[in-house]
Formats: sequence, C-alpha cells, structure tokens
Amino acid sequence: MSTDTLPATEAAAPAASAPGARNTLRAKRRRNALRTLAFMSPWLIGFGFFFAYPLVSTVYFSLMKYDGLNPPEWRGLDNWTYVFTSFPQFWPALQNTLWLCVVMVSCRVVFGLGIGLLITKIKTGAGVFRTLFYLPYLAPPVAATLAFVFLLNPGTGPVNSLLEALGLPAPAWFNDAAWAKPALTVLAVWGVGDLMVIFMAALLDVPKEQYEAAELDGAGPWQRFRHITLPNISPIILFALVTGVIGAMQYYTQPIVASKVASGVMGGSGVTFVPGYPDDSTLTLPQLVYSLGFSQFNYGAACVIALVLFAFSMAFTALLMRRRGGLIGSGD
Amino acid sequence: MPARARRAAAALAATASLALFATACTGSATNTASDDPKAETTLTFWHGWTAPSEVKAIEENVARFTKAHPNIKVKVVGNINDDKLGQALRAGGSNGPDVVASFTTANVGKFCHTGALADLKPFIEKDKLDLDAIFPKVLQDYTQFEGKRCTLPLLSDAYGLYYNKDAFKAAGLDPEAPPKTWSEFTEVAKKLTKAKGDSYERLGFMPNYLGYETVVSHYMSQWGHGGYFGADGKSTVGTDPAFAEMMTYQKSLVDALGGFQKLDKYRTTFGDEWGAKHPFQTGQVAMQLDGEWRLNFIKEAKVPFEVGVAPLPVADDEVAEYGKGYLSGTIMGIAPQSKKQNAAWELVKYMTTDTEAVVSFANAIGNVPSTLEALKSPDLKFDERFRTFLDIARHPKSTTSDGAVNGSAYQDTLQKFAQQYEKGQVTDLKKGLADTAAQIDRDIAAAK
Repeated sequence: MSTDTLPATEAAAPAASAPGARNTLRAKRRRNALRTLAFMSPWLIGFGFFFAYPLVSTVYFSLMKYDGLNPPEWRGLDNWTYVFTSFPQFWPALQNTLWLCVVMVSCRVVFGLGIGLLITKIKTGAGVFRTLFYLPYLAPPVAATLAFVFLLNPGTGPVNSLLEALGLPAPAWFNDAAWAKPALTVLAVWGVGDLMVIFMAALLDVPKEQYEAAELDGAGPWQRFRHITLPNISPIILFALVTGVIGAMQYYTQPIVASKVASGVMGGSGVTFVPGYPDDSTLTLPQLVYSLGFSQFNYGAACVIALVLFAFSMAFTALLMRRRGGLIGSGD
Repeated sequence: MPARARRAAAALAATASLALFATACTGSATNTASDDPKAETTLTFWHGWTAPSEVKAIEENVARFTKAHPNIKVKVVGNINDDKLGQALRAGGSNGPDVVASFTTANVGKFCHTGALADLKPFIEKDKLDLDAIFPKVLQDYTQFEGKRCTLPLLSDAYGLYYNKDAFKAAGLDPEAPPKTWSEFTEVAKKLTKAKGDSYERLGFMPNYLGYETVVSHYMSQWGHGGYFGADGKSTVGTDPAFAEMMTYQKSLVDALGGFQKLDKYRTTFGDEWGAKHPFQTGQVAMQLDGEWRLNFIKEAKVPFEVGVAPLPVADDEVAEYGKGYLSGTIMGIAPQSKKQNAAWELVKYMTTDTEAVVSFANAIGNVPSTLEALKSPDLKFDERFRTFLDIARHPKSTTSDGAVNGSAYQDTLQKFAQQYEKGQVTDLKKGLADTAAQIDRDIAAAK
C-alpha cells in the first residue's frame, strides 16, 4: 500500500469501466484512510514515542542488568525475583501506595464534594469561600509540605499546642509511623480546591426541575442527594476517583519532603537520607523507582517497579470503569 | 493531583526515555581525551556547597585557578547532590558538567565501578604525580574502588566531639577533661542533662541516629572494626562483634538519657543543621558529634558560651586508640562524556594538589587540608581547637566508610536496622545484624 500506486489508480479512473469504478472507490477509501492516519499521526507518533516504545523498553530493561552507563546484560527474571523476594522496601511501599489510593483518594473526593455542596448552597459570599478553598491548591507541593511539617511539628507546632491546650491527645504526625500517612492525607485534603471546583460545576448542572419534583413528592434533603444529586454527578465522581488513583500512584514529592524535613537528615558528608521515615511509613513506589534507578544505578530493578505501578494503575482504572455501570445512572 | 506529582512522572518518563539514549551512552569508559588544555575553553564545574560563605570560598578558589590558566574559564554550579550528579553523568550532553565534586565518599565505589566518572590513571601517569607523596593513605583509599581511581580528594573532614564548656562548669564537671571512654561519656551526658517538665531544658547529648551527624558510620569509627566488608566482599556487620557492641552502647545511652520517644520528641524542637539555630549553638544540647566545619558555624553564629573540642570517646577496652575518628571528605572527578577532559584535569589537578590552592580553600571553608604539604603549611590559619581535627585526620586508627558497587545503599540498610533497634522494635540484635548483613549482600549481588 505505498502511496506511489495512487496516481496510477487515479489515472485509470476515467476509463469508467466497472472494475475501474471499483478501483476508484478503493483508491478513494485508501486516500481517506491515509488522510485519517495523517490527521492522527501527531497522536500516533506521540503514542509510539512516549508510550509504546518506553513501555516495551521498560519491559526489556526489566530483564537486564543495566546501570545506565554500560551496555545492558541479560539477567532473565533476576530483577523480578530480587524485587519480589529480597527487596525489603518493596512490600511496605506497595502497601502504602494502596493505602493512599483507598484512604487519601476517598477523603479527597468526600471533602471535595462536601465543600462543593456547601458552597453551592451559600447565598452570600460564595466567591470569597470559593477562593479561600481553591487557594491552597495553588501552593507549590514542596512549600505546602514544609508548611504542614512545621504546623504539625510535635515539639513546636501550633496544632499540637492547641490540641494539648484542649486536653486532646497530640500525635507526633510526621514523626510517628501510625500518623504519617494520615498527616499526608490532611495535607491532600487541604489542597482539595481542584476537585471542589469540578464538583461545583457538576452540582450546578443538575436540573432544578428534578429537585422541585422530588420536593413535591416529599423527598427530604438526604433523599434528594441520594436519588438526584449523586446519579447526576456520578461521572464526575468517577473522573475524580480515576485521576485521584493515578495521582496516588505517582505520589512522590510530598512524602519525600515530609520525611526529609521531619527526620532532620538534610545530608552532610557521609550522611545519606533513607526515604520512608518513619519506619517506611511514607515510602511509595515512585520513591523506589527513583532510589533504585537514580541513586543505586540499578535500572533493571527500577523498571520492574515501574511495571508493577503500571499494572496496578491499569487494574485500578479497569476496576473503576467496570463499576461505571453501577456508578452512573441508567439514564446515562 | 497528577500535575502535582510531576517529579514522579518525570522520574518515570526519564527511566523510559533513558532507553532512547541507551546506545548513545555506552562505550564511554575508554579514555580518549584529545582536547588541547592550552586552548581557549570553558569548563562546567558542579559542586554541592550551599552555605553562602562556602560558595564564596569555592568561587575564590576557582578564580585563583583561572588566574593561573587564563585560557580556561570555569562555570561554577552549586547545590548539586549525588542523585543529580548521577543523572547528569549518565545523560552526558553539552549542558552537563565537565568536573564534579561530591561529599559522599561512600558513592565512590558506584562511580568508579560503573564508569560514571572517568579513570584518572592516564592523567596521573601523564603528569607523573606520585600520589603517595601527595595524599595521606586514608584519603587515597576512599577516592578509589577496587584499584580503579576515578576521583581525587579535595579537602577532608574529620569528626570529633564539641562540648559546651559553660555547661560543663555549671554541672560541676572539669571543662578541660572531656570524657575519653564511652562509659565516662554516658555519665557526663547524664550530668549535663537538665529536665523541664516531661522534656529537657538542656540535653547532655542527642544520641539518636536521626538528625545531623550521629549516624552509624560516624559512631562506628570509635569502635575498632575491620571495615564493612570482609576479604570475600561479604558484609561483616553480622560477624564483626564491634557492630553489636556499638549498637548495644548507643541503645544504653538512649535509655540512660530518657528513652527514644522522649528524645525524639525533643529532637523535633531543633533547628536546621546548617542554620544558626543548630541545637548545639542554641545550647539545647551540651555535646555534639560533628565535623571540623562546625567551628566556622560557631564563629558565625557568635554563640554566647565557650566551646571545647576533643576527639570522640572510644570503647572502654580501646583507650590506647583515643584520638581516632571518622574521616571523610569531598571528592573530585571528571565526567567521562566531557570533550574537554585535559582542561578538566588541569582544574582537578590544581584544586586537589596545588598547595596554595588547598591551603587557601581550607582556610576559607574551615575544612581539613587534604595534601601532606598543605597539612604542614605555615599559611594555615586556624584557631587552636582546629589542631584537634588535624590530629584526628592524621591518627593511624582513624577510619572511613567503605565504597560499594551500589554506593551508600549498604550504609542506609545498616542505618535503618540501627534505627529499629534504638526504638526497641527489634530485640534480637544478633539475628538482626545477621539479617542485615544478608540483605546487604543480596543488594550488592543484585547491583553487580
């Protein structure tokens, strides 16, 4: 199907015979197909370069010993067995990543939706509140994390001073393995402005007549929310969940900064920072990709973890998409 | 949120895109430097210093070099850590560095083994440098790996004990007689500690592995041990009793001073290690394990008390070795992808071996000079306390941490186990150390 056959078939077209007409038709289709491909080519090239090729080479390098400098050497499944059986940081990191996917993402969706609901209900000053809740989202992640480590500092932080003054238990937050992930979740919820805006747009799109009709039928606020609001905004909830899970899978900056600052290890001569402080509780899979690949020059093992991440985000997304039928109302 | 996790995405993308350059970066191990070091050229030099006074010192040092070599201009880039360095060394390219400096001597093994830094042997032979006549032995050791020399030492660091003389006097201790053994140290640390509620007004010493310089490797130099790896290349942390002795002692110190939880909470009230609010400088702790550079920081912060320095204590049965310490330092090497390696060598040679350069830089930055000539130089300007560190640097029993093919990863594994032990999460020390040794061996096997 090379293009240089096209002028030939076109030249044959005026012959108007039956096979000639078929040829013209075929040529037209072929031209259409090529035109379509030409229009799609930016995407195809992008897909090939930035997705298919890297994915295939990640699989290739996961079977190699590769330090990024010397030619790769074939190792078979060695990297895979190393990561799964003798790399002790892998399982805690996987558990943390799953925890974040479930708890942090659901907290963000619930709070994003909750604040969105509240603000759409507010009669006066909605703009002020909208701005207030959206602003934190604009804070750079490193600065936001630094601020939270400072606020939640168990020794000097204002949050714990307040909790102690109120006679409430004051956790050690980023310095306690049991509280480090909840502290990260608080940080994530604080920056929920992006979801809030999306939910507000969806909430304002729900047809008013449906609420009026339901009210006439005597539906209370909860029933109205459950049977009208939720079904109407379920595609947005799905969107928030899928993007949230992908975000949680890539979670890197906040836990690295938090554990670095909270552990006090900024690195001097002969001092290295071990990610995951305290007790691997803030370790995530992207951190392992980074430390194996970029700090230890072990690309093979880093590729294995990258592939595990890829498989998990595919599986999570597929699972959520399958549930789509249940999430999105039958009218959709 | 996806937009916020850009760094992770970038890491993944970089992993993937490195594949694209896989063929481009191979085969650079052989040295084919052919540039003319007398030609007009510009070098890029990456280093890790961040404190303004240190950055100024390195710029002055480079200015001295440019004066001696007017044809070579140097573009200096600071605040570079080893991860950034590793990436740049692998990626190559014209925007990358020609000359690099790093603080992590434990990474030399990784850099030399993989060829991330160029082999300096041809340059050293060309200029007929006799390294034995130039550098002390420990410094020569930590700048090469398994016979391959890819770095040279640029100033060194020695670790000792800083103590607050006023606090000593207040606690009824002799400020001229700092503790020499670890059991004396425990007693002194307890006497220097003043409680305040369920916390401290002043702590004698912060023994926790986290925070600043009290890491395993720095403690370990005060217990006689035969290195981190045996002749067979296997980790010795499970078999050499020194490791268990050190960890047992450290845990007893943690318990004697109030227990891990209480200490760790107090630790969170400390300021940044490189800032003016360092807990030793604010008087929150009365003794500090630290490097010689702290003297400069103390001067800059104008601390309101008298500071004494001494070697760190030694194990009770090793009193004869009192005076030893942990040695480390900055290392300097050449990027193998650099097209200006001969010019780069001129800079490395000048900064690491020229006595005037080494002495002036050591004066400016408050580090221990790295050449034998410079150590003897009358131009060294130090206060008397600095002699202590020069003596530690010269002490025959002073040690450093070994290099390994995966860099400092073995130190991280050991450090992590030590943290679990000090917290009381692990009780069977022997088994824990044996497991740690096995883990270190597995990690190294996977990286080899």
